[in-house]
Amino acid sequence: MATELSPVSQIPPEFHVKVDHDQCRKCKRCVLNCSFGCMQFKDKVTPDHSKCVACHRCTTFCPENAISITDHPMVYKENANWTERIRQNTLKQAETGGILLTGMGNPKPYPILWDHLLIDACQVTNPSIDPLREPMELRTFLGSKPDKLEFERDEHNNVRLKTQLAPHIQLDIPVIFAAMSYGAVSHNVHKSLAIAANKMGTLMNTGEGGLHEDLYPYSGRIMVQVASGRFGVHSDYLKAGAAVEIKIGQGAKPGIGGHLPGEKVGLEISKTRMIPVGTDALSPAPHHDIYSIEDLSQLIFAIKEATDYMKPVSVKIAAVHNVAAIASGIVRAGADIVTIDGFRGGTGATPAIIRDNVGIPIELALAAVDQRLRDEGIRNQASLVCAGSIREAADVAKAIALGADACVIGTAALIALGCRVCQKCYTGNCAWGIATQRPELTRRLDPDVGSQRLCNLLTAWKHELQEVLGSLGVNSIESLRGSRERLRGIGLDKETLEILGVKPAGVGM
Amino acid sequence: MRCNTRIPSGCAISGMMCESGDRVDGSAIIKSIALMHDRSNGLGGGFAAYGIYPRRADQYAFHMMFDDFAAKENFDEYVKDHFIVERDEVIPTSPFGNITSPPVLWRYFLNVDEKKLEFVEDREYVVNKVMEINSNVPGAFVSSSGKNMGAFKGVGYPEDIGHFYKLEEYKGYIWTSHGRFPTNTPGWWGGAHPFGLLDWSIVHNGEISSYGINKRYLEMFGYKLELRTDTEVVAYLFDLLVRRQNLPMELAVKALSAPFWDNIDRMEPHTKELMTAIRMVYGGALLNGPYSIILGHSRGMMGLNDRIKLRPMTCGRKDDMLYMASEESAIREIEPDLDTVWSPKAGEAVVGTLNGEVE
Ligand code: SF4
Ligand code: SF4
Repeated sequence: MATELSPVSQIPPEFHVKVDHDQCRKCKRCVLNCSFGCMQFKDKVTPDHSKCVACHRCTTFCPENAISITDHPMVYKENANWTERIRQNTLKQAETGGILLTGMGNPKPYPILWDHLLIDACQVTNPSIDPLREPMELRTFLGSKPDKLEFERDEHNNVRLKTQLAPHIQLDIPVIFAAMSYGAVSHNVHKSLAIAANKMGTLMNTGEGGLHEDLYPYSGRIMVQVASGRFGVHSDYLKAGAAVEIKIGQGAKPGIGGHLPGEKVGLEISKTRMIPVGTDALSPAPHHDIYSIEDLSQLIFAIKEATDYMKPVSVKIAAVHNVAAIASGIVRAGADIVTIDGFRGGTGATPAIIRDNVGIPIELALAAVDQRLRDEGIRNQASLVCAGSIREAADVAKAIALGADACVIGTAALIALGCRVCQKCYTGNCAWGIATQRPELTRRLDPDVGSQRLCNLLTAWKHELQEVLGSLGVNSIESLRGSRERLRGIGLDKETLEILGVKPAGVGM
Repeated sequence: MRCNTRIPSGCAISGMMCESGDRVDGSAIIKSIALMHDRSNGLGGGFAAYGIYPRRADQYAFHMMFDDFAAKENFDEYVKDHFIVERDEVIPTSPFGNITSPPVLWRYFLNVDEKKLEFVEDREYVVNKVMEINSNVPGAFVSSSGKNMGAFKGVGYPEDIGHFYKLEEYKGYIWTSHGRFPTNTPGWWGGAHPFGLLDWSIVHNGEISSYGINKRYLEMFGYKLELRTDTEVVAYLFDLLVRRQNLPMELAVKALSAPFWDNIDRMEPHTKELMTAIRMVYGGALLNGPYSIILGHSRGMMGLNDRIKLRPMTCGRKDDMLYMASEESAIREIEPDLDTVWSPKAGEAVVGTLNGEVE
C-alpha cells in the first residue's frame, strides 16, 4: 500500500491574485464567477493563489477593476537546465504518481515557421488591386477534382459538361472550424459554431462525440466525425452531415486515444454519444478495424456506400515524421479531403508528454504533403486542409500559399468565444462555459452572442485575406493557393527552406 | 548566357491574320510594331509567322538558337538520333546596324520516324523532345517547333529584329509581334518573345501574378519550365488544355481568364454548371494579374485580356483581315480604313479562325 503523503502540496502557486481592497466594493461578483474556487469571501475577498489559473473571468467582471493577476513572485535558484517547469512537474509527479495532464496546444517555444515567412506585394511592373473597388474572390471547394473535364454537345449543339463531378462542399471563406466534440466542449459552443458556420458559409465539425439532435437543422454546414470510439455514429448522423471525417489522429495527441470522464456524461451527452449516463467514454488509440491502409480504404468506401456517394469523405491525421507518404496513401485509399493537424494543435485533454514532444509543425507537414501529392500527380484528387495552430489571417494566407485548400481554426474560435488559453480544459471547470458541462457554467455562453463573435472574427479575417490578395495583385484565392513563389523565408536554414519550397528573403524571382 | 531568373517586363504586341488564308509579307507587321517603339526598350523583340514554309508544310520546322558551333554539333548528334532530318540550313539574316552578337541561328525541317511513335502520338513526342533539348542539350535552344510556321526573335528593338531576319521576304497568313521592356538586361536571345511550342506561339504584354501556382500546376503534368517566363506558362497551359485535354478553345479561355463568381451565379443553370466545374477543376490554370495575349496557332489567332483588363488591347477588322494590338494607332498605321474597331472586354476572347485554304 502506498504511504499517505502530507496533504500540504510542496508546489508553489503559479499565479498571484492581488485585490485592491481600497477599490473593492465587496460585490462578490468575482467569487461567483470563479469556477476554480480561487476567489473566496472571508469579510473581504481573499484569493487562494494556488487555485488561480489566470482565466481572467474575475478581472473581466469586476466592476471596479480591483483585481490584478501576476506571475507568482517566487524566485527559483536560476538553472537553465532544471527549469521551473521541470521542477514543478517533478514535484507534481512525486505527489500524484500520474501522467501529467493538460489542455490546449503545445505551449513550448518551438520555432513558429509562420513567423518566418513573408508575403510578396506588387510594385510598378504589376499593379496591386483594390479590394474595395474590385471583386476579391475567396470561394473554395473541398472535395476530389478530376485532372480534366470532358464535354459533349446537346441536340442544340450547346456545349455541356460530360464529366460527373465528385461531391463538393462550397466554402465562402477558406477557414473552417475545428473538430471539437460535444463533451469536450459544451452544447452552447456547438450551437455557436453551427450558427456561425451557416451564416458565414463555412463548416463546423462535430468532433468525435456525435451531433445533438437540436443541431440537425444546421447540418448542411456540419462535418460529422467518425473516430475510433464511434460515439454517436449512426446512419442518420452520417447522412445529415455535409461531409464525413474519419479521425485517425490529432496534432495534440498523435497515436493515442481519448477519454471523456464519466462525470461529464450527463443525459444529453449520453443520448448523443449513445452510451449510458455516467460511463467513461474511451476512444481507443487506433480504430480497431483499421490496422493498415487497405483497412482505411474499406472504411472510406463503407462510409461512401452509407451516404450514397453524396458526401466527400475526409481523413484527419496528425503531422508525424512520415506524413507525406501517409497522406499520399490516404489519397490513394479514396479520401476526398486530407486534414493534417500539426503538433501545436489544441485539445481538451492530453498527456503533456505527448502534446509537447510528438509530431512536427504544420508548416513543414503541409509543404511536404502538397509537394508529394504534386510529384505523384494526385494533388487534384483530394483537398488539403491544414490545422494545428492557425492563429490569425496571416497564417491562413501563408498556409494557402504553401498549398492548403483551407485552414482549420479551433483555439482561435474558442478565444473568440471567451477562452483565455488557461489550459485547464481537462478539469471541466472552464469559467467561460466552453470546456465544461457544469450547467451553471455552460449558461455563461449565449449561442447568439457566441455565434456573432465568431462571425465577426471570420468577417475580419475575410477582409484581411482580401487585402493580402489585392496587394499581391490577384483577385481570386486560387491564384495564391500553392503559389510559394509569393513567399520568402527569413531566418530559416537551407534545408527548412527546401522543404517549404520557399526562397530566402532578398532573392528575387 | 542563359538567364534563369524571372524578369518582369512591359511590352507592345501586335497581330494580324487573314482569315481567308491569303498570305502577306512581313513588312506590315514590322511597321505596326515599330509605331509602338516607346513601349519597348531595345532589350527584346520578335515575331511569329504562319504559312511561311508551304513546300515543307508537313514537316516540323525547328528554329534553333545555339550559343556557338560546338553547341550546334551537339545538337546535330542529338537530332539525328531522334528525328529524320529532311533539310537543315542557316536562317538568313542581314547584319543590321543595331543588332549585335546574335547566336548561331539555324533551322531544321524534321519528320518523326514511325517506329518512334509506337507508344506516343507524334506531337507528344515532339513536345517531349523540345523539353529534352532545352534542358539537356547544352547551348541549344528551340525557339519554335511547329509546322509551316516559325518564330524570329532576339535582343533589340522589334523593327530592327524584323529587318535582321529579312521578314519582308516571307509570306504568312498570321503574323504576331512583340516588343519588350524588361526591367533588367537579359541579354539572352532565347528569352525574347514570342514563345513557341509545336504550332502554338504566344506574344504577351503583362505580368502573370499567379506565375508561381501556374508553374507548379504545369509541373504536375510533366512540363519543365526552363525559361521562367510568363509566355512559356501561357503556351504550356494552352498546350495542356487544348491539345492534351481536348478542351474547346472557348472553354480553355474561360479557365485562363475565368468569369467572376458573381457573374457565374447569375448564369442559366447549364452554363453555370459548366463554368463552376471549370473554375473548380482548373483553378491552377487561372491566369491572374495584368496581361493581354495574342495566341497564334495554325488554324487561327486569338486575343485575350486579363479578368479586369489591366493591360490594353484594341482589335479591328477590315474585310478578311483581323488585327489586334496594344494600341489602336498600331493597327491604323497599317490599315487606316477599318470596317470596325473595338476594345474587347476583360476576359473576353477575340477569335480569328482560318476559314479558307492557305494559298
Ligand atoms: S468583483 Fe471586484 S469589486 Fe466585486 S468583490 Fe470581487 S474584487 Fe471586489
Ligand atoms: S476552454 Fe476554458 S478551460 Fe480551456 S483554456 Fe479556454 S478558458 Fe481555459
